[in-house]
Amino acid sequence: MAGRYYSEPGDKIVARDPVTVRRYAGWTRLNHWFTAATLILLALSGFALFTPSLFWLTGLFGGGQATRWVHPFIGIGLFFSFMLLFVQLVRLNILRREDLVWLRNLDDLVKGQEHNLPELGKYNFGQKTVFWAMFFLIVILIVSGVMMWYQFFPDLVSVETRRIAIWVHSISAVLIMLTLILHIFAALWTRGTLSAMTRGTVSGGWAWRHHRKWLRELAGRQGSDTAK
Amino acid sequence: MTLGANESPRTAVANPPVQPVQGNLGQHNVVRSSAGGPVAENPVALPAVAKLIDVSKCIGCKACQTACVEWNDTHPDIGVNVGIYENPLDLTPDMFTLMRFAEYDNPETGDFEWLIRKDGCMHCADPGCLTACPAPGAIVQYSNGIVDFIHENCIGCGYCISGCPFDIPRLSQVDHTVYKCTLCSDRVAVGQGPACAKACPTQAIVFGTKDDMKTYAEERIEDLKSRGYENAGLYDPQGVNGTHVMYVLHHADKPGIYNDLPEDPKIAGVVQNWKGPTKTVGLAAIGLAAVGSVVMGLFSRSEVAPEDEQRAEDMVDRAADPAASGREQA
Ligand code: HEM
Ligand code: SF4
Ligand code: SF4
Repeated sequence: MAGRYYSEPGDKIVARDPVTVRRYAGWTRLNHWFTAATLILLALSGFALFTPSLFWLTGLFGGGQATRWVHPFIGIGLFFSFMLLFVQLVRLNILRREDLVWLRNLDDLVKGQEHNLPELGKYNFGQKTVFWAMFFLIVILIVSGVMMWYQFFPDLVSVETRRIAIWVHSISAVLIMLTLILHIFAALWTRGTLSAMTRGTVSGGWAWRHHRKWLRELAGRQGSDTAK
Repeated sequence: MTLGANESPRTAVANPPVQPVQGNLGQHNVVRSSAGGPVAENPVALPAVAKLIDVSKCIGCKACQTACVEWNDTHPDIGVNVGIYENPLDLTPDMFTLMRFAEYDNPETGDFEWLIRKDGCMHCADPGCLTACPAPGAIVQYSNGIVDFIHENCIGCGYCISGCPFDIPRLSQVDHTVYKCTLCSDRVAVGQGPACAKACPTQAIVFGTKDDMKTYAEERIEDLKSRGYENAGLYDPQGVNGTHVMYVLHHADKPGIYNDLPEDPKIAGVVQNWKGPTKTVGLAAIGLAAVGSVVMGLFSRSEVAPEDEQRAEDMVDRAADPAASGREQA
């Protein structure tokens, strides 16, 4: 029986005419959307304090004091939720040689000439970049965030260190917004992607076009999937 | 004496006016406000005020500390004696001013000197606290130079604590807002000097217009120099554009010996970067990325073609049933 090199347990062909492929289990999707919700709430509450022109966003959380109070707690929620997602997705997000070839020919993707690109497993370079950027930024945000959490950790670090932490936190917040924009854009620009996180499945054509090695492995595993 | 709308008290020793007085420090005199909070359109140009603390005259009696607690009606916890004179050990949300004692072995004279400095907000002309604060109108500066915290606007984030080059503001765990010396803005507004200056038995603390205080400081410095303190001088640090609380120091060349009074205080570079370019560049980058991706989304997309579905079907069918020949190409 074929091994799992390009797919996760649970990925499988669920229909053959037309081909439909399971990409994410229900609870992975729940995990994803919970993470997304916390990230949006953090962005709203964080950027409310970032610039006076967005201070009105504090109204969404019940005022300035409430916004200031709730933001770090949502951050803790984001951190654990993302880490749960991380352990499920990390194996197939490790960079491979073909990702670099893919990256070098990115213009072919934009021109719709994907046949010039190498065949890929479950994730392409762009998806992997978003994954790792999210990982590192969330780690930086929680570390710097706890350092600036004055209500509960007033003496954790020196004033000098806290100044740097606040600065790093706001830069990382900007970077994670850019990552989020890239992520949402890519999911919408590549038609047929969204259903992976809503219904949990993608069409065979989508898998053939964008993640052919993944599809081929799943095709070869038909029948054996019930075993694992 | 009646205090006009554009006057400030010129001394702390005079007795208060007995007739009702309209306070002259309020929104109509706000010249700077944190996070783009409201400032007065036509602020009354009050003369800059200053408190002058002559360290060489201080006897460390803490009358000022007591007067501060009394006037501001704070209730500091009863402390514990750990064998030093500072009490409490640090500024707290209930202790806006603190006498700090340093024992200094003067290497030049061989003298032992007891340096006592009244610590508290310096009322910087360029306040780091106000620069750092994210809440509109939580920190204001009046036209006479006093920097005041407006508690109902404070959200308790503590950014001001990181912004301050003197480590002054303290966050209250009771109401989650930040406290510091107000320079008795509520007294100054009605013609009285600060409570500490009024209480000081040696007149080591005096109050008046900043110009008067500088003139007075000069006399004191001359006197100190004539008595052998050749480095006596005024502490009015220019890194924060001067302060509205100034010290006369007998060793003005070494502010650090007075319990780490900063040599050249200024708003930290990282704070200025955070509040300046980081915000501008950051918001611009987010805006550009958002607009750019919408535009690109309007003009292009990646679509799955019907042939792709057919090829997927072939691939899946052939793998399921290798005997039947498909036409999948690798
Ligand atoms: C991961 C855990 C996180 C923790 C523990 C955390 C903690 C904090 C804390 C303590 C503050 C100071 C204000 C307050 O006390 O509420 C803050 C501010 C802020 N946070 Fe977070 N945060 C986290 C994640 C995030 C994320 C994911 C974002 C971006 C979407 C973000 C964006 C911001 C922004 C923009 C500010 C304001 C910074 C400024 O004023 O320049 N934070 N955060
Ligand atoms: S804690 Fe300080 S910086 Fe934060 S809102 Fe209050 S006054 Fe402003
Ligand atoms: S000493 Fe600190 S708290 Fe006082 S005005 Fe200056 S920056 Fe603000």
